[in-house]
Amino acid sequence: MGPKWPAELARIVGKDHLLTTKEDLICYGFDATPLIGGLPQAVVMPESTEEVAAILRLANQEGFKVVPRGAGTNLSGGSVAIQGGLVMQLTRLDRILEIDTENLTALVEPGVVTGNLHTAVEAKGLFYPPDPGSTAVSTLGGNVAENAGGLRGLKYGVTRDYVIGLEVVLPTGEVITTGGKTVKNVTGYDLTRLMVGSEGTLGVITRILVRLIPRPPSRKTMLVYYRCLGDAAETVSSIISHRVIPTTLEFLDNVTIRCVEQYIHAGLPLEMEAVLLIEVDGSPSIVEEDAAKVVRICRDHRAAEIQVSRTPEDSFRLAASRRAALPALARMRPTTVLEDATVPRSQVAPMVRRIQQIARKHDLLIGTFGHAGDGNLHPTVLCDERDRAQLERLEKAVREIFEAALELGGTLSGEHGIGLSKALYMPLEMKNAGMKAMVAIKRALDPNNVLNPGKMYIDEYDRHQGPGSRHQ
Amino acid sequence: MANDGVNRGFAPRRVPSYDEVLNCIRCGLCLSVCPTYREAGTETNSPRGRIALIRAAAEGKLELSPNFVDHMYRCTNCMACASVCPSGVQAHEIILDARVEIDSKLPQPPFKKWIFEGLLPSARKLEAAVWPLRLYQRTGLRWLAEKTGVLKLLPRHLGDLATVPPTLSISPLRRWLPEVTPANDGRKYRVGFFLGCAQSLLFAESSAATIRVLSHNGAEVVTPRGTLCCGMPAMAYGDLDTAMKLARHNIDLFEKAGVEAIVTDCATCGEFGKHYGELLKHDPGYAERAAAYSEKVKDISQFLVEIPMDDRLGEVKARVTYHDPCHLVRGQGISAEPRVLLKKIPGIDFVEMKESNWCCGGAGTYMLTHYEMSMGILDRKMANAAATGAEVIASGCPVCQMQLAHGVRRARLPMKVTHPIALLDQAYRRQKTTGNRQQR
Repeated sequence: MGPKWPAELARIVGKDHLLTTKEDLICYGFDATPLIGGLPQAVVMPESTEEVAAILRLANQEGFKVVPRGAGTNLSGGSVAIQGGLVMQLTRLDRILEIDTENLTALVEPGVVTGNLHTAVEAKGLFYPPDPGSTAVSTLGGNVAENAGGLRGLKYGVTRDYVIGLEVVLPTGEVITTGGKTVKNVTGYDLTRLMVGSEGTLGVITRILVRLIPRPPSRKTMLVYYRCLGDAAETVSSIISHRVIPTTLEFLDNVTIRCVEQYIHAGLPLEMEAVLLIEVDGSPSIVEEDAAKVVRICRDHRAAEIQVSRTPEDSFRLAASRRAALPALARMRPTTVLEDATVPRSQVAPMVRRIQQIARKHDLLIGTFGHAGDGNLHPTVLCDERDRAQLERLEKAVREIFEAALELGGTLSGEHGIGLSKALYMPLEMKNAGMKAMVAIKRALDPNNVLNPGKMYIDEYDRHQGPGSRHQ
Repeated sequence: MANDGVNRGFAPRRVPSYDEVLNCIRCGLCLSVCPTYREAGTETNSPRGRIALIRAAAEGKLELSPNFVDHMYRCTNCMACASVCPSGVQAHEIILDARVEIDSKLPQPPFKKWIFEGLLPSARKLEAAVWPLRLYQRTGLRWLAEKTGVLKLLPRHLGDLATVPPTLSISPLRRWLPEVTPANDGRKYRVGFFLGCAQSLLFAESSAATIRVLSHNGAEVVTPRGTLCCGMPAMAYGDLDTAMKLARHNIDLFEKAGVEAIVTDCATCGEFGKHYGELLKHDPGYAERAAAYSEKVKDISQFLVEIPMDDRLGEVKARVTYHDPCHLVRGQGISAEPRVLLKKIPGIDFVEMKESNWCCGGAGTYMLTHYEMSMGILDRKMANAAATGAEVIASGCPVCQMQLAHGVRRARLPMKVTHPIALLDQAYRRQKTTGNRQQR
């Protein structure tokens, strides 16, 4: 950025909303991704679509980069400025503009905290299902940019399935609106879907229209222990093949179970190879039926113990070990590297075993938990970033985890996004043609490469014109 | 700042530990409960941000600049962050450790030395320092200032603050309270009473009520005249030496008193007293004695709920809500006990307020040093309080009470602020039973 920019930016947002001290920049030099950081040159906090557009126009004029940011709970480095420039924090746009109880939609600004949207719509008997682990603090804008998932993904889908319209400021500063309130809409290219999951590289989202569904009146929770991993995995497939789609079908491996028990002392048996947390919801009679089916299936697959909730308080208590999974693991070592390699449901058991092999091979502590129902696992590597040797083994292990996932027909990321942390592996999955298409789209919408450059391997691919020998 | 093994005369834990700082996984959950983040909306005003600054300083990437120091003092130390952190990071402790580092490395303003080394360790001097305020209130000067609107000529900040201190009693409680208050009608316990500075100077009547309630319930109450400040204000400003000095003094004092519990009605004195053991654990002369002291410390609500209390209470008709002081709910894990006591009183219609355990923004001298932020946090608390329709806000911390009373005035609410034990005392005094005459 040239010397004009502080005055210009201060003019656009007001000088109170432009942060330039070293202390401020340090605080915006990271997100929730371990081992990744980058100092921006300034932080700006606009309050309206017009301000966002003005900032982007200035960026194109003056040639500085802009990285959009919500609450900064991103797990793949998407909110980190690695080429200097401006971090644009969108949290001042924090209003729920409308909850339409006839059309079952909600119109929100990108800075609305997801948990607050849940509370607001549930008060009206409605339901916005996507619930990433960070709902207490993450924002809708961030959720949309990353296509966030969550525990209810198996039955209800992810953020993408609920976004039906957007207002987006394109990287050049033009404002477009996509989609709308109608249930069906096939007008033009599906730009809504293009923007969802684009990780802040194709536009800055300034308004989000989501669809809502009626709130399920009841639910039941089951906590099931298995001595054998294979039995747990077969239970998962069997539940689905019996046409029961649980809301939640979560898994904890033995390493995770031990860490959780150490942390919350819930009486989890340490010799269990797997714990499943299963939730079914819907009308009371369906819930009873489905729960009974699930319990029977678990028994048929040699479950060692099954606990079923009778009240909402029970549900909350049973889910405690799943909630404690990440905290328990995080307390084992200073550095927590949370991956989200995802495989088709039928490959969950083989994937878990591969991860365990990789952990032994590289002498690393890795606990795996996650959404067994949709194959989105979270192998979590616990290490110490001050130990160089460990970091090297970490890199190898993570690479092997990605390769295993791809081999089993899966994908690099189920919900955390690619950002920086998985960028190197993009060509493995996208291949030449896929990368070329992505580059073409990016260049078309952002000719000056202003918005969140250096993410998703797009720039690197463009430079090398091919995956290069290092990805053989 | 990394643990280089040099004990600079502090408990080594008090040097900001790089290990602890590294434990922060930057998940951002603390942002969802931090009152300063909610007000300011910037990462720098959040626990995650403050830890990042401390980490940068520890790694030599950031100097202890005035801006850095300012940010270390923006935290109200409400501990909400620590209560939700998945990694168990005690961000508020790390921030206090940073203040200790700042205190030892940077030249401090002279008034700070005067207050913490001169005033706090001498009850007499502290009481003398408050004389001008007593004069202002009692000679009619305050009445005149308010009536003539002179206060409105001051910058809003200062004008507001002139109305904050409650009307001081004629004399600090420490001066006229007998050292031993006998138990009413047969001694069942002998307890020490830790009379905090704020209670003694500003809420004397409230602590007098606490002692009446203790005595009424069979406790012989020992209030050593030599009690000094618990040391929390010094700690909050990074003056660890003074905090430890005060702790040692109070430990010596109460040991001599031979009491089975050390009861206090100030949330802060209670919290800090319970931490004396931790504070002095590396001091060979005091480690065990400090731990023994801390074991005995009890908040008044905690003490009462643990004994077979006299349940014969007169009626106090009021709609009451309760604000959880940070130093009680998170500092000591005490939130059920005050509610149990309030609900025992016939006539009280108890109603919970939303976010009752969110900080009020009082935080010691925070309302003086960070007026805007303090008021922002307070306004939200008052909106929650007002929504309950309560006539009384009860809270067991003098700083919270002052802050809430200020909030009531600001928002022009028809509410009063009081200590829960004051209501209990009222109920006892309205007791209509034969044979049991309560003490004055």
